[in-house]
Amino acid sequence: MDARRETEPTPPKNPATMERKSERELVATRTINGPARIVFEAFTKPELFKRWWVPKSFGLTLLSCEMDVRVGGRYRLVFRHGASEPMEFYGRYIEVTPHSRLVWTNEEGGEDGAVTTVTFEEKGGKTLLALHDLYPSKEALDRAIASGSTGGMPEQLDHLDELVVTLGASLGRP
Amino acid sequence: MVKYSQTGLDASFAALSDATRRGVLEQLGRSDLSITDLAAKFDMTLAGMMKHVGVLEQAKLVTTEKVGRVRTCKLGRSRLEEATAWLERHRQLWDSRFDELDKVVEELKQKEKNDGRKKRD
Repeated sequence: MDARRETEPTPPKNPATMERKSERELVATRTINGPARIVFEAFTKPELFKRWWVPKSFGLTLLSCEMDVRVGGRYRLVFRHGASEPMEFYGRYIEVTPHSRLVWTNEEGGEDGAVTTVTFEEKGGKTLLALHDLYPSKEALDRAIASGSTGGMPEQLDHLDELVVTLGASLGRP
Repeated sequence: MVKYSQTGLDASFAALSDATRRGVLEQLGRSDLSITDLAAKFDMTLAGMMKHVGVLEQAKLVTTEKVGRVRTCKLGRSRLEEATAWLERHRQLWDSRFDELDKVVEELKQKEKNDGRKKRD
């Protein structure tokens, strides 16, 4: 087997880290192999953003995506997980600093909504990405975890959906 | 958006108010069982047992998993385990996102490289 070329070694697995940094804060980080200018572009151009923010590999289907990336501009995303009801996410951008910082609100959760800060830190042609979700209170983050919001539906909800369907079927209802 | 307005505690108490459901938890404390096994043990119809398990599942006291045609029930995880599992699931979402982002960034880099070459040519 000489299929593997010396110049293209298999890239090492580069998993995201996900941490509850404090009572009110969740942080996801990952290094992206590209300059901050390009990564920033992938966050701010809707046609690029929607290609990765709603990954099909995670069972998500994008239904619509509108983004007006400037201070005060609004965004609205609709997607579904599996066969679940569509989920809507919306808010506005409160800081847009090219190639280094993006801040947006998450208003679908009402008063419990987090503020998301994305920082882009370039080093040697790569970008360290950090996404902070800062919740208004510990309780708000606890509630988000309990309800499985922010797009990552806990498995339990999937099972529940399935069970509800099964129950409906066994009772002769759709 | 799916949301449970009922607090966890309310749901737990409501689920535990029924003798059959308390019995189901006791059985599952010994071993994981299918809904069919549970229905037989409690001399109930499958649909009846499914309802009880559904209530326990909603209260997060029980989780179920369907393998083939058999749905196996087990005791639910504690709140802490649940939060950890949620974080892990959330991290997996980010993994999937970042993997797709890698592809987009790689494509943009290639495009810049090619555009640069065109300009030089």
